[in-house]
Amino acid sequence: MTEMSGADMVVQALVDLGVDTVFGYPGGAVLPIYDALFKHPTIKHILVRHEQAATHAAEGYARSTGKPGVVLVTSGPGATNAVTGITDALLDSIPMVVLTGQVPTTLIGTDAFQECDTVGITRHCTKHNYLVMDPDRLGPILHEAFYIATHGRPGPVVIDIPKNVQVATGTYSIPNRIDHKSYRPQVDPDADAIAQAVAMIAASERPIFYTGGGVINAGPDASAALRQLVELTGAPVTSTLMGLGAFPADDDKWLGMLGMHGTYEANMAMNRADLIIAVGARFDDRVTGRLDAFSPNSKKIHIDIDRSSINKIVPVDLAVVGDAGRALDALIAAWADKGHKARDLGEWWRRLDGWRATRCLDFPEKKEDAAEIMPQRAVKALFDATRGMDPIITTEVGQHQMWAAQHFHFDSPNRWLTSGGLGTMGYGFPAAVGAQIAHPDRLVICIAGEASLQMNIQEMGTVAQYRLPVKIFILNNQWMGMVRQWQELTYESRYSNSYSDSLPDFVKLADAYGWTGLRIDTLGELADGIQTMINTPGPVIVDCRVAQLANCFPMIPSGAAHTDMILQPNDIVGTMDDEAKALV
Amino acid sequence: MKIHTEAGERHVLAVTVDNEAGILAKITGLFSARGYNIESLTVADISADHALSRITIVTSGPPAVIDQIIAQLDRLVPVHSVTDLADGGAHVEREIALVKVAGSGDKRIEALRMADVFRAKVVDTTLSSFIFEITGTSDKVDRFIALMRECGLVEVGRTGVVAIARGSEAV
Repeated sequence: MTEMSGADMVVQALVDLGVDTVFGYPGGAVLPIYDALFKHPTIKHILVRHEQAATHAAEGYARSTGKPGVVLVTSGPGATNAVTGITDALLDSIPMVVLTGQVPTTLIGTDAFQECDTVGITRHCTKHNYLVMDPDRLGPILHEAFYIATHGRPGPVVIDIPKNVQVATGTYSIPNRIDHKSYRPQVDPDADAIAQAVAMIAASERPIFYTGGGVINAGPDASAALRQLVELTGAPVTSTLMGLGAFPADDDKWLGMLGMHGTYEANMAMNRADLIIAVGARFDDRVTGRLDAFSPNSKKIHIDIDRSSINKIVPVDLAVVGDAGRALDALIAAWADKGHKARDLGEWWRRLDGWRATRCLDFPEKKEDAAEIMPQRAVKALFDATRGMDPIITTEVGQHQMWAAQHFHFDSPNRWLTSGGLGTMGYGFPAAVGAQIAHPDRLVICIAGEASLQMNIQEMGTVAQYRLPVKIFILNNQWMGMVRQWQELTYESRYSNSYSDSLPDFVKLADAYGWTGLRIDTLGELADGIQTMINTPGPVIVDCRVAQLANCFPMIPSGAAHTDMILQPNDIVGTMDDEAKALV
Repeated sequence: MKIHTEAGERHVLAVTVDNEAGILAKITGLFSARGYNIESLTVADISADHALSRITIVTSGPPAVIDQIIAQLDRLVPVHSVTDLADGGAHVEREIALVKVAGSGDKRIEALRMADVFRAKVVDTTLSSFIFEITGTSDKVDRFIALMRECGLVEVGRTGVVAIARGSEAV
């Protein structure tokens, strides 16, 4: 074995691990690795404008490809700026490896320039992290880090590399096979649990599949298996925000998203079901609503790769620990094995259709050309205009995100990139950058709010530099809309700091960065504006002015049960008590 | 509005972990981040090659919370095993305390007499003080210390609980 520098080992390991793209930002403590990457033949480095954007871009890359995203940042502020994206990846189970530079080992602990305790700061927002003190350990640690990031429940892994470890020489080695001494996630479900699950499904009169991001993480085959199992059993499907796309939205078994801004039919079905089959979903508070009223009369099967997700919030009757895809395959096999036939669920479907008849996603609007645009209409128009183009949609966080989830429909996984668990404003635009890098020829659209977008708007420079044809579609209502909506519901419309004052002229901003900027003001301009956006090569920002005071419905107010949905604005009555106010 | 908390039961967890930098911070940080209780925590290297440590954690919580604690610990990458010693039937618990008592006359004699009753050893003495070493369950140590408060207690150091399951099986 020849000696090589730590920095060269890092790059060699990335090559050996099949990494083609690194999102990053250079700085003093990571210069040796940047030098090793200089004019690299296979690894493309994407220079962002802020380290947080590097992490979200890596998430967008990961979520749209299924491969781990890779980030390279410097010590101190480089690492701390990355923390939000690392935490976002932890909460949404996104595979990511973040390499951070660190001050030389001889200076660690001395409050050196650009020193921070990166492993300390990231200890609880990573799946695992490392501080590498010896260049000989770089090879094994990098390979192990990728293994941990991508196996079991995916998540972010941080590797902190002091500068002298990057410069020092050592021997690069690759572990033959990652056989981790303590980390061995259970991927294959227990056969007895599967047999029990199949018996429960076969016996159920009112079953419902409640699926989540775990199905997406398990790969496209898991989504295919979900469709097959739904076909076999005839049961309806709802999904979390993170799980959208695993089941086709145009299928008649699809009830739409559930939870706080889910559909009436999905939430009522969860409440009235006699069996919930949760697959790769974690009973988040945004999904369950008031816990003591959550699906009171159902048996619950929970399939999850993370044992700690099971019985965390909602006690279940049957736990199946394993990969969602393998568990679904096993269920299909066991269903066939036992010779089960789909039960007559006619009565259940009559009730589901009754709830569907409320048409809970309808919204009031004026139809004339000069009318203001309802934000829901803007999303629907965007969906209609891009049908058949297989776009990748990212969102920021807030009302526009929920409207996108409700009105933009997906029929395949890995097309919907959104920050679910952490709810990170500023996620969507850099995630679109990452997705576009991974899919240069696809239509990538960030549906944004004017407030969220400004949290990482500096990435317009990144897009310009790499000539990425990213489209940003702003639903501009000049409010932090979701904050304002909660202030209306909870604080008698005292709009404390939720107005988007002093907005930039987004069209001029586009011009300043060499993008194309468009503005859409009225309903009559909407369809043409969207067409222009799609047909314009290169990056486009669309400032779509929408009704300022529209709110997102249906909604389960905080502290309420699935059956207590607010369907329309005029359903709002009274004020909220402190118990409800205290819930997030 | 009042904030409610649920009553819990005491559990002793034996956790085997990689003996690596930061592992204790990882474990204790998990407890503080998720709002779990730590009543006591001990840790020491237990393998011949110094690769493994055993952490004994005394915690309390409702059964669902205890299950969560075990699942959350178990999914940490450097954690090899988590055992709830209450689950596996009987176990033995011990704690050591060093108890310094200062004084003279009757109180000094009374302290020595009670130490004898508790089978505490005298490990240091001066004309005006004793240091007792007492080993036992936390309850026993608590009771001894409570009595010593009446006899001139000046300082206490306790190890926290170590525990191991009875019988021939390892965790």
